[in-house]
Amino acid sequence: MSDTDTVPNAAPSGQRPADKAPARSFLNQLELDLRLLGMVGAFIIVCVVFNVLTDGRFLTPRNIFNLSIQTVSVAIMATGMVFIIVTRHIDLSVGALLATASAVMAMMQTRWLPDMMGLPLGHAALPWLSILAGLITGAVIGAFQGWLVGYLTIPAFIVTLGGLLIWRNVGWYITSGQTIGPLDETFQAFGGINGTLGAQWSWIAGLLAAVVAVLALWSARRNKIGHGFRVKPIWAEAVVMAIIVGAILGFVAILNAYEIPSRVLARDFAARGAEMPEGFTASYGIPYSVLLLIAVAVVMTVIARKTRLGRYIFATGGNPDAAELSGINTRLLTVKVFAIMGTLVAISAVVASARLTNHSNDIGTLDELRVIAAAVIGGTALSGGIGTIYGAILGALIMQSLQSGMAMVGVDAPLQNMVVGTVLVAAVLIDIIYRRRVGGK
Amino acid sequence: MDKQSDPRASGAPDPRASGATPLVELKDIRIAFGGVQAVDGVSLDLYPGEVVGLLGHNGAGKSTLIKILSGAYKADSGEIWINGEKASIHSPRDARRYNIETIYQTLALADNLDAASNLFLGREIVTRMGFVDDAKQEAETRKIMARLNPNFRKLSEPVSALSGGQRQSVAIARAVYFNARILIMDEPTAALGVHETAMVADLIKELKAQGLGIFLISHDTREMMELCDRVSVMKNGQLVGTERVEDVTEDDILSMIIMGKNPKRDAA
Ligand SMILES: Nc1ncnc2c1ncn2[C@@H]1O[C@H](COP(=O)(O)OP(=O)(O)OP(=O)(O)O)[C@@H](O)[C@H]1O
Ligand SMILES: [Mg+2]
Repeated sequence: MSDTDTVPNAAPSGQRPADKAPARSFLNQLELDLRLLGMVGAFIIVCVVFNVLTDGRFLTPRNIFNLSIQTVSVAIMATGMVFIIVTRHIDLSVGALLATASAVMAMMQTRWLPDMMGLPLGHAALPWLSILAGLITGAVIGAFQGWLVGYLTIPAFIVTLGGLLIWRNVGWYITSGQTIGPLDETFQAFGGINGTLGAQWSWIAGLLAAVVAVLALWSARRNKIGHGFRVKPIWAEAVVMAIIVGAILGFVAILNAYEIPSRVLARDFAARGAEMPEGFTASYGIPYSVLLLIAVAVVMTVIARKTRLGRYIFATGGNPDAAELSGINTRLLTVKVFAIMGTLVAISAVVASARLTNHSNDIGTLDELRVIAAAVIGGTALSGGIGTIYGAILGALIMQSLQSGMAMVGVDAPLQNMVVGTVLVAAVLIDIIYRRRVGGK
Repeated sequence: MDKQSDPRASGAPDPRASGATPLVELKDIRIAFGGVQAVDGVSLDLYPGEVVGLLGHNGAGKSTLIKILSGAYKADSGEIWINGEKASIHSPRDARRYNIETIYQTLALADNLDAASNLFLGREIVTRMGFVDDAKQEAETRKIMARLNPNFRKLSEPVSALSGGQRQSVAIARAVYFNARILIMDEPTAALGVHETAMVADLIKELKAQGLGIFLISHDTREMMELCDRVSVMKNGQLVGTERVEDVTEDDILSMIIMGKNPKRDAA
């Protein structure tokens, strides 16, 4: 934005003559974030290239569905990692903490609650009590690590490097190194394929989301006008709304196009003692895990942009001394940020173990690297103070697409990792160059 | 802003003579960093409607002293009294509670946030739902900036994109927005142009007339003679002396700064 920021009060409320308007390009008028456009562009290129290389197998509803559910776990954690990195810390323990949270939840629902509290397997309360225990575990361990960092001033790198070794093996001790499963059926619904909305509810959810998005944009515009700030032209607003609504409904349409195989349907009908009608079809629709990710993304974005907590997180990352002098308790803030990270790790643990339908000891291995890479590819600056939630989610999606795409093309696993590593370094380089061009930090 | 103006604000020859309670009393303040005794037994006072200037060479301990008052540092020993009562200031938040506002020499801005977010940092305006009301904050920022630096337009850019003077304007706006009773200004005009400096001088006079007490730090002796009622000179962490500006010349002050003593007093 330049010095065209203020509208002269005398400006007529009607149409301004086009030739008087400052020369602003089409994209400028839309006021879309350039960084976001860049990332979306990169993502589209990745998709198109793999689609060509796989003869159209990459962009099938089935693969897009799988891509979505594979991305969720890392993406949820990446949103928390944004806050961590923005406050100039790092969390290397997320993969290990995921294993501990997963172990606690698996043991709760298969051993502890049934054996100690006498709840029979399959009891309706089992999955929820387990998830609650997992969330508490994640939040408490996260807060503890945050306390070590914030109050005892041990560098986060060291605290969480220690955590990386500790929590994976705490998970091991909790389960005595065994794989625990199968997990509760309701619990498994958070994993992806075993829990979806179906076509009809997916459309309802999609339409609802579209309405909410449009209303949010509209009320933001009204608010700006109310304070006499300049707003983008109404047609630009409409274009942005159309893009968003199109993206939401398009995504729903694609997921709805992925139909449940008829043998699976037949089995379901058989289980209910019914005969499957000839030609019956049904779609998976939006997986619950994706809804969970969207909910997390919305909540985290609101925290980042609209709450004091978020403002303090970014202020502290930008200038810790200034934050302190402004009366912000930066130590407590560190505890909160790590507690949020721990809670999100536990949510990811639900999704990850539900997707595998059991808890295994190596769950979440190397996730810390994927999560950090997703946040960084998504534009989070390691120097602190800069990062977005949507960027981290896009980063996770780009990484997952690369990995799945290469697997489909038949690239060897070692080479896959080399490519992902290169992309990480290149993404940061591009970001540095971009920031130098745009100016500022 | 504190609209009730103080009868002693201007014209009164010496507020201390009237037996009023000082707004601030710093008593025998000491602080050391490692081996460096940065502030060494300094006592100062400040009355409502008064501007007290703090002068001294680089590293004399001026910033350190006022940071103790603003809660950024904790004194090793000594006491702070506000309005005749002993105050306990352990953090910047405590200082704000005593209506002490500070413009730090380093400005203390979060570079990644815009002017409005910096102005309201730690004291955000929130909506009924408890969310930060960015639009309201921006509107308020616009109002106050119009008084301080009318050319200021870059309201929605991170302050890292601002010039030194514009950044300083943001820091000044933050200090004067919140009904300060005690204002600390550590080299507030260091980066400002002639016009903006004049506007800050006017602002200081206006605030003084409203009854605020102001500690002003500057290296510009002439500016200090014009704006201050009294000046205190520090050297190597110690207080050389405090003089009413009409009792001294610029040269006297310079020799206090350089030689650490007032030639007139010594002669007397
Ligand atoms: N945080 C700190 N840690 C260690 N030493 C410090 C610290 N802050 C100040 N000092 C030391 O205390 C002394 C006084 O510094 P101070 O910043 O108060 O000087 P000043 O009078 O404000 O100087 P200037 O005119 O350059 O701003 C200096 O010797 C400085 O090196
Ligand atoms: Mg100083």
